[in-house]
Order: sequence, then structure tokens, then C-alpha cells
Amino acid sequence: MNHKESRVRTKDWLLAIGSSAVLALGGAACGDADSDASGSTGNGGSEEVALSGEIAGAGASSQEAAKEAWIAGFQEQHPDVTISYDPVGSGGGREQFIAGGTQFGGTDSPLEGQELRDAKDRCAPGELIQIPVYISPIAVVYNLPEVEQLQLSPETLAGIFNQDITNWNDPAIAADNPGVELPDLRITPVNRSDESGTTENFTDYLSKAAPDVWTHEVDGNWPVEGGEAAQGTSGVIEAVTAGEGTIGYADASQAGDLGVALIQVGDEYVGPTPQAAAAILDNSEEVAPDDSIFAYELDRETEASGTYPIVLVSYEIACTAYEDQAQADIVREFLRYVISPEGQRAAAQNAGSAPISEALRAQVEPVVDAIGAGS
Amino acid sequence: MSAPPLDLTAAAGDLRLRRIKDRAATAAIAAAFAVAVAPLVSLLYEVTSRGLARFDAAFFTETARGVVGEGGGAAHAIVGTLVITGVATLISVPIGILAAIYLTEYGNGRLRRALTFFVDVMTGIPSIVAGLFAFAVFALIFGPGIRLGVMGAVALSVLMIPIVVRASEEVLKVVPQSLREASYALGVPKWRTITKVVLPTALAGLVTGVMLAVARIIGETAPLLVTTGVIDSMNANPFEGRMQNLAVYAFNEYRNPGVMKEAAFDRAWAAALALLLIVMLLSLIARVIYRRHGTELR
Amino acid sequence: MRSGRGRDRSPVAGRRSPGRVTTSSSVERAGALAVRRRAGGAGDVVFRRLSTGAALTILIVLAGVAVFLAAEALPAITADPAELPEGKSLVEYIAPLAFGTVLAALIAVVVAVPLAAAVALFISHVAPRRLALTLGYVVDLLAAIPSIVYGLWGIFVLGPASVGATEWLAENLGFIPFFEGPASATGRTMLVAGLVLAVMILPIVSAVAREVFAQTPRRLQEGALALGATRWEMIRMVVLPFGRSALISGAMLGLGRALGETMAVTIILSVSGVITLNLISSANPSTIAANIALDFPESSGLAINALIASGLVLFAITLVVNMAARAVIARRANGEGS
Repeated sequence: MNHKESRVRTKDWLLAIGSSAVLALGGAACGDADSDASGSTGNGGSEEVALSGEIAGAGASSQEAAKEAWIAGFQEQHPDVTISYDPVGSGGGREQFIAGGTQFGGTDSPLEGQELRDAKDRCAPGELIQIPVYISPIAVVYNLPEVEQLQLSPETLAGIFNQDITNWNDPAIAADNPGVELPDLRITPVNRSDESGTTENFTDYLSKAAPDVWTHEVDGNWPVEGGEAAQGTSGVIEAVTAGEGTIGYADASQAGDLGVALIQVGDEYVGPTPQAAAAILDNSEEVAPDDSIFAYELDRETEASGTYPIVLVSYEIACTAYEDQAQADIVREFLRYVISPEGQRAAAQNAGSAPISEALRAQVEPVVDAIGAGS
Repeated sequence: MSAPPLDLTAAAGDLRLRRIKDRAATAAIAAAFAVAVAPLVSLLYEVTSRGLARFDAAFFTETARGVVGEGGGAAHAIVGTLVITGVATLISVPIGILAAIYLTEYGNGRLRRALTFFVDVMTGIPSIVAGLFAFAVFALIFGPGIRLGVMGAVALSVLMIPIVVRASEEVLKVVPQSLREASYALGVPKWRTITKVVLPTALAGLVTGVMLAVARIIGETAPLLVTTGVIDSMNANPFEGRMQNLAVYAFNEYRNPGVMKEAAFDRAWAAALALLLIVMLLSLIARVIYRRHGTELR
Repeated sequence: MRSGRGRDRSPVAGRRSPGRVTTSSSVERAGALAVRRRAGGAGDVVFRRLSTGAALTILIVLAGVAVFLAAEALPAITADPAELPEGKSLVEYIAPLAFGTVLAALIAVVVAVPLAAAVALFISHVAPRRLALTLGYVVDLLAAIPSIVYGLWGIFVLGPASVGATEWLAENLGFIPFFEGPASATGRTMLVAGLVLAVMILPIVSAVAREVFAQTPRRLQEGALALGATRWEMIRMVVLPFGRSALISGAMLGLGRALGETMAVTIILSVSGVITLNLISSANPSTIAANIALDFPESSGLAINALIASGLVLFAITLVVNMAARAVIARRANGEGS
């Protein structure tokens, strides 16, 4: 083994790694010129300013698909802007925003307490804004091939998920479904194993609409032991699909071929359509401390017609002023696009969300326009 | 070594029993091999059959920038994976192999015992904790908003190093002492003995150890989620800005597929298949190098 | 025994000092002494410093991780139980997680190590030469499959396939606490998670073992065969003892991986926070790593500190398990003498 051979050896390594990297980069360079956007939307508002730069956001993964559509649509109109969104989760998103690491954040639950104070400090001397941008119905999905359409009252629903009702032919379920043949089969309730805004909103509904049956605290972590737990929306859908007699709760847009239950609201049984989901926001109380911060206490017990109460509302947080004026401009235009009819349509197409109503848009538009306007 | 001695005076019947045991053992080993390989075949089949749906030129040349629903590609993720893995390897291999050399050639006493012990402990660090650690270190220096490719590489090195050290140590240990003694006897200083005699002799094993470590981390998702961030455009610079990679890309496509589920799942499986192929390629390159320059000890 | 130096197990070796077996050539002896007397030159000093530096770097990084874990865990340790997630005390919160971690890892190691030894032996000694290289390469490929794919394979393939078997187990062997049942309808059980972990760690253990089995000195193997041993006896008496240390090292690597594996368990396991030995039902304890992955994204404040505290406990578990393993190995080595 002589000296020359060992030198060659090292060079070989570097050559091998280097050439693969170069090949990849070369391929990528060709790829960069391609910005093939399929399915993205047309023009949002009228942006006269040629924007350029980068902004970063992080937060709720529930919004991820919608964010994809928004970022794609926006970057198509402003090719010199790069927006990135880290779907690390609401908690992480709020933390990063407060620490100043991101310019905007997505969160399933509104800021409150110490976090609200810290976020306001972060935005000083500007204001903190928090607006609802994403409304997603949560469907109750089930796997019972014999049953075409299942109807459930809040008490029955709570009983099933609390594991009080354990068989599909239980009289409580039969009472909600007159004339339907229910099989003698064990019910397997499926819940989320990860902490999630979907769980929080679902348990919030159960505790408000059926307080006698559901006595657990509202939490992002599922409180009942013993059920089948799966990770993520995809996990729940897979678990419900895989088992027989399974029932679970998940984002309505992912329901696919699974049966979707109609939930009793007042005298009707309502399904998780986008219109019904958006309706609840209009009927709900806004409990925010000031004008630029919106937070909704959803009226889960509503009996209004055509409303679907099991809904997840996700918010966007941002500041009205940033150190970098160019960033402030990008944030403003981006959020304008997000709340615009085109943006909401794009999100509905890609994520199955419910577009925000005109009334709501009228409320949040002035808040968004205030971003970056003077300091 | 204290193996029981062979009894050469065994009767013929005894011999037959030993032969039966021999055949039974061989069959058992072969059966165990089949059982162990069955999941591999199943996994490879799943990944290949599902991944081929999107194995087109677009997947390799386009990024996800501006892509909603169908189409798009993972070029940015492929480049990101190569860059992050490359940097992690550059960090881990020298440290790992040098530490293994320390353990087998120089080590003595407390430092050696401590290192051996703690390298084992290091293998148990959950991948997400390694990510959080790398994030904390960089956040301390650069502030909390930082997201860099090199942060992910540091997190992955924490996971790679123990594998490189352990595997290398085992292979260096079985290089016969006689080779070293012969080299010393010829007047070769210790360090040259190591680099010219010991390392080349163990090269095959060292290469295996490194490839094992690379394979281990190339599919890691959790630590990269919290360090490199997510981006749908191309970025090949590990020292600036967010960087996408195949594992996180696949995970996100699976986790939040949007309304066009099938298109997203297809992309996720294609990304997994691409990961496999990258490792195969690197493995092949490594073996070619070893075959041309390594010596096998027999 | 100074196991740090290479061992030459030549049957005609003479013994100089405990643990160092060398050939008895006087020339070599003189040369070796000469080298030790000589300073070795600057190259030696530099190289020695470099390798010691690498060793120290690793220890420093590890210390850093420990400090990081301790610092972040502290607020949770000193907090009032009411403020912690689920209102439990920290011990109550972490105990089921620790249990689940050890259980899953145990299943993985118990299944994987014997299989890995068999795989390594098959490749190094049983299979025809040409086939062996390809086979080794193919098994190593298992290590490259991303952990999420293992997770998906677990819930799509292994889980559903296990339902029939676990239902049979619950009916017929239900008196054993492991198979109490009722069997899960989807197969996302601790048993499946443990088996998937076993498949994940198999390539690591077998690769390390294989490399060393293949390096068993030919003289020893041929010597045993020449004396009339069957192939299996030769393997049992020569190859396995020679590769024992490597197999154990590989097993430790695999164990570490199994203890810390995050994504696959996160995706597969149906978790319920209960401490139970029941391997086949829907209610399983989570593992520490999976729990961090499941809860970290949505957590903030004290909940994050609690999660990191559980990471610290995992660190401690790995320490304890490694100490115990080393103690067992050391006792066996001393018992056998060497």
C-alpha cells in the first residue's frame, strides 16, 4: 500500500460525491426555470408594487394544504417573492412568532394569557393582529357498509366516543335512525394519538352540546383511554377504513369514500358542508380584547338551521409593523390574497375548507390593510 | 478462548448425530434468513410499486414551487437531501473514525472506558431530541428564528457518530496484532502504521460502517422538521435559509395531502423510492472504491 | 484484558503478558521495543492528539446534550403537578412512557438479535460466495428505508396481516398476560410496533456481526475442520466466539436505535397511556420518543418542558441499560477467562 494509492482513494470519494451533487444541481438548475403551476388561481387584488424578498411563517399543520394553495397563487403573481411555511404545529408556530423568528404564524387556538402579552411585545411599536382565515368542517366518519346514512344526536355521539355505547345496535343509535337496520357489531371508536386542534374542537363540541355525557376537560389530547388511536388525519382515516364498525372524527376534506354522519342541530340533521361550517362563525361570539385581534367562541349549541357546529377555525397572526418595510409590504399583500375571494376559493379547492363569508371579510379587511402603513 | 475440546474418539453413531445437527443448523440458519428477508422483500415491493407512479422526469427536475394539487416535483428535496447528508457525513466520518482509532490504538484508562460507554448511550438519543439540541445550540448563537441546512446536518451527525464509532471499532479490533507488530518491527512510526496498514486492512468494514450510518440518517424526518424548516423552492446552500429534503417532503405530502390525495401520496412514495435509490447508488460507489483499493484479510 | 488491541488467536501463539498474544519472533520483539523507545516523531504526536481530540469532542457533544436536556427539563421537574399536562405529576406522566419504551425495545431486540446472527452467518458462511455479496448488500438496504415508510408498512401491511393471528392468540392463549386481548381490529398494537422495530434494527446488528464473522481467521476455521468438526460445530466453536463481541456491539447499537426510534412508532402505535403487558390490544402505552413527536408540535410552555423531561428520562434509561449490559458481559468474560 503506497502513498500514491491512498491519495487516489480520497480523491475518488470526493469525485463520486461531487459528481452526484453536480448532476443533481445541474438537473435542479434546469428545473428552476420551470414554474409549472397547475391548478393555481387567477389574479387576486390589484398589486401595483413589484414585490420581492422573503418572508417565513410557521404554525398549524391543519392549514398546510391551504397554505400551499395560497403560497402558490401568491408566488405566481409575485415571482420574486419566496414565502415558506413550516407546518410544525400551532404551539411551535406561536413560539417562533413570539421569538421573532417568523413574520407570521398559523394557530388553531387564539393567543391568550402570557402568550398574548408576549406576542404584543413582539409587535411593538406596531400592533398584533389575529384574524380567522381557515374554516374547516370536522366530519364524523364511520365504516359500516350496510348503513347508507347514519344520523347521530350529540348525546349519542358523546356516548359512543366516551365508550358508554359499545354496540352498533344500541337503542340510543336506533332512536336517532328510525327504520335503519343496524348490525350487531362492536363499535371501535378511533381518535387522534397526537395533540391536535381537531381533537380540541371536537371535544369542545361534545362538552358544550352534551355536557351530561361528556364530562372531560377540553384538550388537544384525547382524554378517553382504550380507543383506537391514530396519528394525524391520515392516520384516523386509514384506521377507520381498515377496521369494521369503526367510527372517528377527522377533517371533512379527507373523508373520501367513508360514510359521513349527519349531526343533529335543533330539529335537523346536518352534514359537514363548507356552507354549513362557515355559517357557525357568523352566529358566534367574538371575544377578542381589541379591534385588530379576532378570537371566536364558537356557539356549539346553536340550533340555527343549516349550521354545522363541529368546526375548526384557524387563525393567522402577524404584526402591523416590521423592521423591514419590504417584509411588511409582502405580509400585507399576502394576507390580502389569503382573505380575498380568489384566495379562499383556492384554499377550498385544495384543502376542502369553507371560504370565509363576505361579512367576515368586510371585518378583517381594514385590519390587514393597516399592515405596514406607516409605523 | 475456552471452547469445549473436540472428542475425536466419538463412535460412528455419534458422528451421524453430529451430521444431522449440522444439517439441521444449516437449515435453521437458512430459514431464519428467509424470515428476516421476507419483510425486506415486502417493503421493497411496496415502495417500488407505489413509487413508480410518479417516477418521471418532472419529479426529478421540478420543484414544488407554485404547485398545487397535481404535478410538481422533488428536485429541491433531492438536492437538499444530498447536501444535508453530505455535510453530516463530512462531520461524522472523520470524528467517528478518529475516535474509533483512539479506542483501539491509543486509548488507555478512564477516557477510553468513558468513551466506550457513552458512545453506546449516544445511540439511544431519540432523533427528535437530537434535532431539538441542534436547534437550541444554533438558536443560542443566532437567535430563535434560524433555520439552516447545516443545523439539520449537525443534528444528523449526533445520530451518525455512534454508529460510525461502534462499527469502526469492531472492525479495527479484528485487524491482527501481528500486522501491527510487523510494521513496528520495520521501523514504521505508529501513526503511519495506522494509516498505511490498519486502516486499509479494515477498509471494507469501515466503508460498511459509514454506509450503515448514512442509511440510518438519510430517512430521518423528526430532527429535520425542527431544524431545516420547510420550503418548496430550491436551495442548495446549507449555510443560508431553509432547505427541503426527501424525508420531510414525503412526510408532509402524506400528512396533509389536500383534496387531491392520490397525487400527493404518489409524490410521497416516489420520494421514498428516490431515497432508496440514492442509498443504493452511494453504496455501489463505496463498494467500487473499496474493491479497487481495499485489501481483504483472510 | 486489554481488549482495545487487536487479537491474534493463532493456536501456536506464545503468551508474553496477560492479554497480549504475539508471535515469538525475537526480531519483532526487538522492533516493537525499539518503536516504543523512540519518540515516534511529530506525526505520532499530531495523530495522537487528533484522535484524542475526536474522542473528547464526542464526549463534549454528549455532555452538551445532557446539559440541554437537564436545563430544559428543570422547569417541569420543579413545577406544581396541577400545571403539567393532564394534571398528573411528572412521575405519573413519564412512567407509562418509560414502560412502553423498554417493552417495545425488548421485543425488538429479542426478535432481531438471533435473526441477525443467523442472517450474518448465512451470508458469511453458508451462502455461495457470489450470492453472499449481493445478499449482504440487499440486507444493508433495509437500513436505508426511511422510518416513515416502516410506519406506513406497519399500518398497511403488517398490522392487518397480524389481526388474524392475534385474534387466534387472544382466544387460545389469552391466559398469558401478553395475549390477553381483546385483539385490536386494525393491528396497531405493541406487538406489531415491536416487530417493525425488530425489522428496523436487523440490518444494523447483522451488518456489524457479518463484517466480523467474515474476518474470522481462516487458519482457525480450517484447523477446526481439519480436526473433524462439522461446519456447524466449527461455526459454534470458532466463528461465534470470535464474533461475539461484534454481535453484542451490534445488539447495543440496535437496542439504542430501538429505544430512540421516533417516527415509525408514532405512526403505528395506538396509544392510550396505560401500563399493560397486553401486546395485542388497542390500548398501549406510548414510547417516550413517539410521545415527544406526537405532542411537541402543538405544545407550548410547560408542556414542552415536560416532554424534554421525558427525553432526559430516556437518556437515563439508555445509561442504565448500557451499564447493566456491560456488567453482564464483563461477568461472563471473566467467568470464561481469556
